[in-house]
Order: sequence, then C-alpha cells, then structure tokens
Amino acid sequence: MLRIDKLTKRFGANTAVDAATLEIDKPAMVGIIGRSGAGKSTLLRMINRLADATEGTITFEGRDITHLRGAAMREWQSDCAMIFQQFNLVPRMDVVSNVLHGTLNRRSTLATMFNLYPTQDIHLAIDILDRLGIAEHAPKRAEALSGGQQQRVAIARALMQDPKIILADEPIASLDPMNAQTVMEALRRIHEEDGRTVIANLHTLDTARRYCDRVVGMRDGRIVFDGLPEQLTTGVAREIYGAGADFSEAATSTQIETLNISAREAALREAEATI
Amino acid sequence: MIEISVGPGDVTDIRASYIELTRRRRLYGGALLALFVAMMVAGFRTADRRNAGSFRDGFAHIFDYPAEVLSEATEKAAQLPDHIVHFLPALIETLNIAAAATLIGAIAGSVLALLSTRGMARWPRLIPVFRRMMDVFRAIPEIVIALVLIFMLGGGPVPAMIAIAIHTAGALGKLFSEVNENASLKPVEGLQSVGASWTQRMLLGVIPQVGPNYVSYALLRFEINIRASAILGFVGVGGIGYELRNAMSWGQGRYDEAAAIFVLLFLTIVAVDQLSSLLRDRLTHGGRT
Repeated sequence: MLRIDKLTKRFGANTAVDAATLEIDKPAMVGIIGRSGAGKSTLLRMINRLADATEGTITFEGRDITHLRGAAMREWQSDCAMIFQQFNLVPRMDVVSNVLHGTLNRRSTLATMFNLYPTQDIHLAIDILDRLGIAEHAPKRAEALSGGQQQRVAIARALMQDPKIILADEPIASLDPMNAQTVMEALRRIHEEDGRTVIANLHTLDTARRYCDRVVGMRDGRIVFDGLPEQLTTGVAREIYGAGADFSEAATSTQIETLNISAREAALREAEATI
Repeated sequence: MIEISVGPGDVTDIRASYIELTRRRRLYGGALLALFVAMMVAGFRTADRRNAGSFRDGFAHIFDYPAEVLSEATEKAAQLPDHIVHFLPALIETLNIAAAATLIGAIAGSVLALLSTRGMARWPRLIPVFRRMMDVFRAIPEIVIALVLIFMLGGGPVPAMIAIAIHTAGALGKLFSEVNENASLKPVEGLQSVGASWTQRMLLGVIPQVGPNYVSYALLRFEINIRASAILGFVGVGGIGYELRNAMSWGQGRYDEAAAIFVLLFLTIVAVDQLSSLLRDRLTHGGRT
C-alpha cells in the first residue's frame, strides 16, 4: 500500500529525515515515536506533500507520489488527510464549514467562495460530527470550542475527505489527558470501523502501546525500531529516546492512571522518607 | 465517547437548523452581490452621462497625452540628468513636508487612537467626541485646508505641512485604534495593579504591543503623503508639485522636464517602499544578531 524508500530531507546542513524506509502493506494503525526533533513531523509532512523530499521515493498503491505537481498533488493530498497538533482550523468559521473544507478538492473555487456546498455534503458533515460526539456544536465558531473538541472537528474534516490514509501529527500533544483519550479512541475507532490506515506521531510510549498495531521508533532522523507494541521494552524505549538509566516511562506519559500511580508512589516515598 | 451520545432525532434537528442557517447566509450573500452589480452598472451609467464626451469615444484618447510626453522626452533624452539634478531641491522640499506632516500626524493620531479605543480610553464617555473629531479630520480634503491656511498664513511649505498633518492624524487615528482593539488588555491591567497612571499604562503596556503595526501604517502613510504634498504644490505651496504644474501644461514644450519630475517621483516612491519594507521586517522579526 504505502511504501517509503530511503526518504531523506535536509534543511541546509541539517538532516531531518535520514534514509527512512518503511512499508505498510495492509490497513493498520501505526504509531511513530521518538523525542522532539527526531524527524517524525517532517516524515508525515513529506507523505502529505506539505514538504518536498530531498531524496528517496514515496509510493502509494504503486503510484510514485514524491514528485507530483499542481492538480495531481492536490488530488493526492485530498486522499491523504492530515491532522495537526494545533488543529489548524479556520478559527472564525463555523464548525460545519470547517468540516466541509475537507471537500475543497472536489469543488470549484467559485462555489466554495460563495459557500455553496451540496445539501447532502452538509448532512454528511453533521453526521460525521455526530459520530464524534460534537454535533451540537455544529453552528458555533471553531474558536469557541475547547481543544479536544477542536481536534475532533479536525478529525471530522479529515473524514470528510474520505481519505485512503490519515496522518496525525502529535494529535494529542496539546490536550489534557481526558481529551487525549477521547481523541485517540476516535482515531482507533476510525481505523477499526472504516478500515483506514492511520499513521500517528506520538510522544508518549503508553499511547503508542495502547492504541497502535505497530510502532515505529525514530531517532535523529533514522528509523531505529519497527515492530509490535509488545516488542517495545523499556530497553528499546531508552534506545529510541537516547536516555540513560534514569529514564522512566511515567515521565513521557499523559495517561491519567499512570499519573495517579506515580503521584501515589511519590506520596508513598515521601511518607517513607519522613518515617 | 465521553459525551452523552445524541439521539437520531436531535441530529435531524441540528441538520434542519444548520440548513436553515446556510440558506439565510446564501440569501444575504446573493442580495449583497446583486446590490454590488446594480450599483456598478448604475454608477457607470451616471458617470458616462455626465462626462463631456462619451466614455467609449474618450477611452481611445486616454494614452494621447502620455504618448506626447514620452515622445518629446525621448527626443531630448540627453537633458534628462540635468533636469533631475535641477529639480532635486524641490523634491527634497516635498519630502520634508511629507515627513514632518507624517511625524506630527502620527503622534496626534496615536493619542487620538488611544483616547477612542474602548477599554483603553482615558475618558470613556468622550470616545464618540474623539471619533467624530477624527472623522472631521478625514472628511475635509487636504487641498481645502491648505487653501484656507495659505489665505491666512501666506504661501509656503508650512500650510501644506499642517494640512497634510491634520488629514494624517484622522486617517492614522482610525487605523491605530483598530490595531489597539486587537491588543491584549492584560498587560494594561497588570500595570494598573501596580498603580501606574494612564499615560504610563499606555506607553508601557499598549505601545510595545502595537508599535510594529503603528510604524508599518505610518510608513504607508508617508508614501501617500509624498504624493499629497506633491499635489499641494499645484496650489502654490512650493515643492516639486509646483514645478510639475508648470512643466506639464499643454503646449509649452517642457515635457522633458515633466518626464524628469515623474522619474524623480517614481524613484522616491520606490526608495521609500524598499526602506519601509526593510524597517517593517526588522521590527516584526527583530534585528539579526
């Protein structure tokens, strides 16, 4: 399905992604982990063609998409939805309009300028919002919603594209643990119910373990790990994050339970110290 | 899902109400478009009827005058550098008028803007008064103020400077107050909490936020004022406009001088534009260190 071959991206003297090779042969939920600056975002941005590759190729269903230009590139982008860390919605437009933006590639510029979307598209947009549990916010401005709700609007926009693949760049990094869970569950459900491939950049190990079928680890632009979540031991994680023996998984966790446990442990330790 | 899921009946309601909303928006949009087209057509017809000649007949002759200027200027191209040097002092006078007017107008405009922005104004009840004041400043054409002042003060650059400064204060005051509306009031509240006076709050809490935008608008205004000050030269306040009026009158055989002045004005605008984009870049992105 998706095949990335020796993909490289250089910014001047810096190499953000260094000969990354990856193959996804069947619909899966793939998590990419690694510390910030490891090249995770750049990799996704190259797949979506927001950034151009310096070397290497990206092939999707046998078609080379690395060097697409103009209309062909925009058509690929409409098949390859992207979800961003900061949601990247149009803040002053209402939620349904933001979701309808997912159809821009299929509509003429003139029609979209005058907000002339077909009624069935509007209905579909509201149905998608309902599926994600935020239909009641449909007429509100996107900026009036909370972070978690905005991210679900962004997911709805992605679904509106009816994409073959969904890329999510740190979808939960700016959300609180509760909303993070809702958003990750939504992505997982989309993968399970629609059978779409989801590739998500994640910065926490436990999220990757819990929601993904396959985990890819990146360090300094290179892919250093590619395997099942069970194979992701603490030792491997240390390798990926380039951390020493003091590395603790709780430090990269945003999950409520883990935080509670570590807080309880800390309280326990403190109590022991006083005794 | 965390939320209590919405039943199918609710979704139908949401659908219907959103479709209704869209329909209303489209109606407004369509009405606005129709109004725009109607006004364009009506305006064109009125203008065409009032013209001395028909628009269609006159249209072909628009380029006659520039063609004549160009042909005469190319004939005497050798004298162009001489003319440019000759008119340089007049250009500097024009630039001086524009610069002084922009500076005075921008200072007056910032004070007026701060006094007429909701949430920042020193006397909130007087906001409409300052607003109307700026409206008046913008409404009276510069040339009218200049003519009245020339009558009282006599000819020279000072009346032109005052006239342009008044218009600039009104125009920049409006733009500045729009910038102020987007500024955060939190720093102002912070300064208020330590007992700062209004002037201190504005100078230290608001100006640092809006400064780059102010400068950017003021520089744009400077470009406009160069042209305004050149035009005022036509009514006898000196500067390059006065020279231009003399040179471009029909049938004197001085089109080469007119061409030299146009070249000077063009180069000045280009120079100011380059300078201001450089300055704006430095202000918004910070100097390269």
